[in-house]
Amino acid sequence: MSGLNPETLAQAKQLLSLYPHRRSALIPLCHLAQSQDGWLTRQAMCDIAELVGITPAEVLGTVSFYEMFHTEPIGRYLISVCTNISCMLGGAYDLLDHIKKRLKVSPDGTTSDGLFTLQEAECLAGCDKGPCVTVNHRYVDANTSDTFDALVEQLKAGSLEDTIPVHGVLIRVKRERGREAVKDDGVEVAT
Amino acid sequence: MSKPKKPKQTKQVPTKQTPSFKPPTAALATHGPELPKIVTSRIGVENSYTLDTFLNTGGYQGLKKALSMTPEAVSEQVMTASLLGRGGAGFPAGRKWSMLGQSPVKYLVVNGDESEPATFKDRMLVENDPHQLIEGTVITAYAIGAVLAFIYIRGEFALALERLQAALNEAYQHGAVGKSIFGSSVSLDIIVQPGAGAYICGEETALLEALEGKRGFPRIKPPYFPAAVGLYGEPTIVNNVETISNIPWIVKNGGAAFRRLGEGNSTGTRLFALSGHVKRPGNYEIEMAKNSFENIIYDSDLGGGILNDHELKAFIPGGVSSPWFGPEHLGLPLSAEAVGQAGSMLGSGSIVVMDHTTCIVRVAWRITRFFHRESCGQCTPCREGAGWLEKILHRIESGAGKEEDLDLLMDVCDNISPGIIWPPAQTTICPLGPSIPPSIASGIKMFRDEFLIHVKEGGCPISDARHSAEVSRV
Repeated sequence: MSGLNPETLAQAKQLLSLYPHRRSALIPLCHLAQSQDGWLTRQAMCDIAELVGITPAEVLGTVSFYEMFHTEPIGRYLISVCTNISCMLGGAYDLLDHIKKRLKVSPDGTTSDGLFTLQEAECLAGCDKGPCVTVNHRYVDANTSDTFDALVEQLKAGSLEDTIPVHGVLIRVKRERGREAVKDDGVEVAT
Repeated sequence: MSKPKKPKQTKQVPTKQTPSFKPPTAALATHGPELPKIVTSRIGVENSYTLDTFLNTGGYQGLKKALSMTPEAVSEQVMTASLLGRGGAGFPAGRKWSMLGQSPVKYLVVNGDESEPATFKDRMLVENDPHQLIEGTVITAYAIGAVLAFIYIRGEFALALERLQAALNEAYQHGAVGKSIFGSSVSLDIIVQPGAGAYICGEETALLEALEGKRGFPRIKPPYFPAAVGLYGEPTIVNNVETISNIPWIVKNGGAAFRRLGEGNSTGTRLFALSGHVKRPGNYEIEMAKNSFENIIYDSDLGGGILNDHELKAFIPGGVSSPWFGPEHLGLPLSAEAVGQAGSMLGSGSIVVMDHTTCIVRVAWRITRFFHRESCGQCTPCREGAGWLEKILHRIESGAGKEEDLDLLMDVCDNISPGIIWPPAQTTICPLGPSIPPSIASGIKMFRDEFLIHVKEGGCPISDARHSAEVSRV
């Protein structure tokens, strides 16, 4: 399995240049690597370790704490269904039951075609229009069986790729400027 | 309580395209015609997140004014405003700033890790008015003398992250961020930092750990405040998104104008996130202390009453860490003092309404499940206690509970938070552990019979019946 490709590596170096301490770039770098492959490969984590100047074990130590990082391949679309308090009061478990049947998959499982991974999520801060559903962390209007089924068809047909990029792509807007306010004495960038 | 007549609210028009990004969260005006909107003035305005709209609506005027003042004078205005932190703990922002340690290197970190269940106000602010947040960040960094500012945004908020990064690019271009801001001698860089999925990173020291590229473990106290020892061991101010979003208005209009709103220590307006069984869930910016829970839940331009005209059973007044209230508490004003005296808190400002069809055991179980999943695992009472509490609640809900389980629940709660008092005592590094008992203790205290019926009847007598009644939600 290959690690970071040259384009990702260039972006990674840009990211690293922002931080006073390299390790602060670790989580953004992991997001970047995940945007390349859809998940975090072992080699990508090793490459990141080298860039940051820590061991691969330290990278994995951080990565394994956070819900959004996947160290195994997952579906092209991560469907997160919130079942927390407000969404539960709005019928989230009924919707989740429907989704399980519709996709023939249990939470944390991936459909056999590799298209969908289902996740029972904690509060996604969409409590006013619950049950809240996101696909690859983008909010979608799919809080009923019918609208959910329509969403699945659109995702399968690939007609939503503009609004919902593949899993792993998080921030499509690139930072345009580097650090500008660094003082000549370099106090802020000391590592 | 007498209150002024308010104008009719207009709800956000949903986009036709289905499915698509959600339209901006419905949200609304201050409660009363003569009151200013402080943080939500651009919500609902077309392209509210762009620089053009921002500049056309008074944007960056507060920053320009701040730059003409001394940093001390800016802090003074915030102190005068008596702005309480809007993240949950409610610590006065001005006082926090004044506690900042001496060092040539100081940092500002804006906490946008909003993950508290039923809280969705910060997401709305970042998605719809990112420039206001950037303006507040630059002003605050200037006031405290920070050399670098981070805006930490919950990783799941993809749209907020993109809008904020785009706004930051515009702000650099406009000269509002970067070298020599608006031609002054003041310079500041801002970094938009994504989280990666962990509720605990809303705790400020856990957030700093995440920002240092580590597991989100809350730090052992003392030192109690990042203002003394924070990011990379340097003095650091951590403020919530809503807190920072108030700063431009306060500087523009003066701290005294802010203080004239509200009452006592509860000054200004505040965003309340209303959800659950109400007709009009949403974020509402209303003047503090001048409205009651009854206003926000029932007034036609706010919550609009209980969904399906059902009866109110109970409500959570300030996030799932807060003890619950019943209908008898509806008259309480939305002020930190009044709610505190009544044995709960306004916390994160999220109010969850439960109607008479709600199964209390199920709610207590689901909230406990959340804490179990999100416990960072450092402290035994929280890590193990949450797991056992969840198991016990689940067996009561599913019909395998015993009457002794009620005492057992309280006993485990007591181990996490001795005495189960309010405000809670703590056996853990951070307040996540002590946040677990309030919903269980409230449930048992207010609805003990309902727990016993579950035990006696071998399961939940409510859940199945209520599901079918719930589908009429608009």
